Amino acid sequence: MTTVPQTIAPPQTPDRGIPWGRVLLWLAIAFTVTFSLTPVLWQVLTSFKINAAITQTPVVYLPGFDQLTLAHYVDLFRLNQFHVYMLNSALVAIVSTVLCLALGSPAAYALARLQIPGEQVILALVLVVTLFPYILLFLGLLELVRAFGLANNYLALIVPYTAINLPLTILVMRSFFQQLPKDLEDSARVDGYNTVQMLWRIVLPMTLPALVTTGILAFIFAWNEYLFALTFMTRESMKTIPVAAAQLGGTTLFEVPYGPLAAATVVGTLPLVLLVLFFQRRIVQGLTSGSVKG
Amino acid sequence: MVSRDYIRRREQRTGWLLMLPALLVLLLVYAFPILRAFWLSFFTENLSTNLEPVFSGLDNYGLMVGDGRFWQSMRNTAVFTLFTLFFELGLGLIIALALDQAFRGRGLARTIAILPWALPTALIALAWRWIFNTEFGVWNDMLMRLHLIGNPVNWLGEPFWAMVAVIAADVWKTTSFVAILLLAGLQSISQDLYEAHALDGASPWQSFRQITLPLIAPQIVITMLFRFAQSFGIFDLIQVMTGGGPGGATETVSIYIYAAVMRYLDFGYGAALVTVTFLVLVAVVALSWLYISRLRAKTE
Repeated sequence: MTTVPQTIAPPQTPDRGIPWGRVLLWLAIAFTVTFSLTPVLWQVLTSFKINAAITQTPVVYLPGFDQLTLAHYVDLFRLNQFHVYMLNSALVAIVSTVLCLALGSPAAYALARLQIPGEQVILALVLVVTLFPYILLFLGLLELVRAFGLANNYLALIVPYTAINLPLTILVMRSFFQQLPKDLEDSARVDGYNTVQMLWRIVLPMTLPALVTTGILAFIFAWNEYLFALTFMTRESMKTIPVAAAQLGGTTLFEVPYGPLAAATVVGTLPLVLLVLFFQRRIVQGLTSGSVKG
Repeated sequence: MVSRDYIRRREQRTGWLLMLPALLVLLLVYAFPILRAFWLSFFTENLSTNLEPVFSGLDNYGLMVGDGRFWQSMRNTAVFTLFTLFFELGLGLIIALALDQAFRGRGLARTIAILPWALPTALIALAWRWIFNTEFGVWNDMLMRLHLIGNPVNWLGEPFWAMVAVIAADVWKTTSFVAILLLAGLQSISQDLYEAHALDGASPWQSFRQITLPLIAPQIVITMLFRFAQSFGIFDLIQVMTGGGPGGATETVSIYIYAAVMRYLDFGYGAALVTVTFLVLVAVVALSWLYISRLRAKTE
């Protein structure tokens, strides 16, 4: 205990003078919003500007109508097959998310409910594994991909993406199962269900909200992954969005395609912006229960 | 009658069966590559051996000791990690404190605040590369309008400024992650504590120092541990923004490992780099773990 033997505090003066606390709060909020949005909005604006406006100095902040265009977006899909990259990204992200939930949830249930020897060790290992940067894995995975002839095969991304999302899935789902009332399962057992039947018929339906939360996070991580996609997918038709977008400028040496680059950023981030808009609460919930409660 | 022991054993067997697929995938994607890198680090496997592994003992590690580029990349990684963590913690704490208050439009503000975290790093790197563009970049333009600089600065082309630029971009990208986790910590603190403290005549600053900080200290350490690991292994952001340049000024260990394997096809040396990076990471994590458990023991 520190020494705080003060006399009765004077009542805080409302209504008088400037409410500094409030001012400070709104300053902080304004900072947060500006800080988070400006770089993205700048890229959005650039993507709609005609080339002459993009490379005009001093910089054009408010382009006139004659300086706006959709040409960069048209280019992405006409000249650069961005629909193919989008499909690749979506396919790999969705399949790996589903796989990850299918493998991770049963494991999480076992760790939450069934007394397994060595449970603590497994949990600790799963937690530690979330700290490994992907660069530590890519050399070994590259050898596996070569050994199994999986280069330019969706499996080369689906399997690693499933794995990198498993720890988070196991941790989030485990903390969810622990909050589930055990009575339900007990009565299911009395009714003669075995563990697998009970999981399928009783637990799974109640688990849907948690599955959605975890699934969104897994999808985000898979959609955003760069290193494995860069290394294992070299054929143009197999590339995912982040890699294809980053390599846009590499084709021509003399003219950097600023407009298409900006448009590519917008196209590649749009699905995630929508996810965040609709599922902000779930994302926050999933992140915190996955990494902190562990 | 089935014995209780039998039921228990059957339950355990089911448990293992439920975990088996997940554990196998984790072993394949996490355990194998790291063990494999450790094994391969004792071999020379590069163009001089026609990409065949030839046992060479500790040669790769010997090379590493005298490899200036390796030490430079370690130094860059340390600088990058230290500064990003410092600014992310500071800014993240401010944002978390703001988002913890009650105000109109808080839901929207929170949504906006987590946006940077959710977006693909490689694409965000493109956005920042454009912002820091020398000729047409908006950052140079703003600084020149404010008369803070007279001529455009070549942000990504000068060693010092390139490091500043990648740090700025990473701080932007990951501060929101720190803010989310710290916000969760703040929300778990009971409001009563603050009210009682305010009745004792404490100022908001005193409450922050005496209640908030001690109570979220464990959360801060865990968040920073996560951030440390991610920052230490930073790849996509730097690869896309500067490619490690100019002249290796922003080359972190990850970028160097990637170049050693993919550009120089030196698998043995790359494996040794992976092993050393892994060991450094594990050492730091183990130390922080010790620190966290001490902290927990003290607060309980």
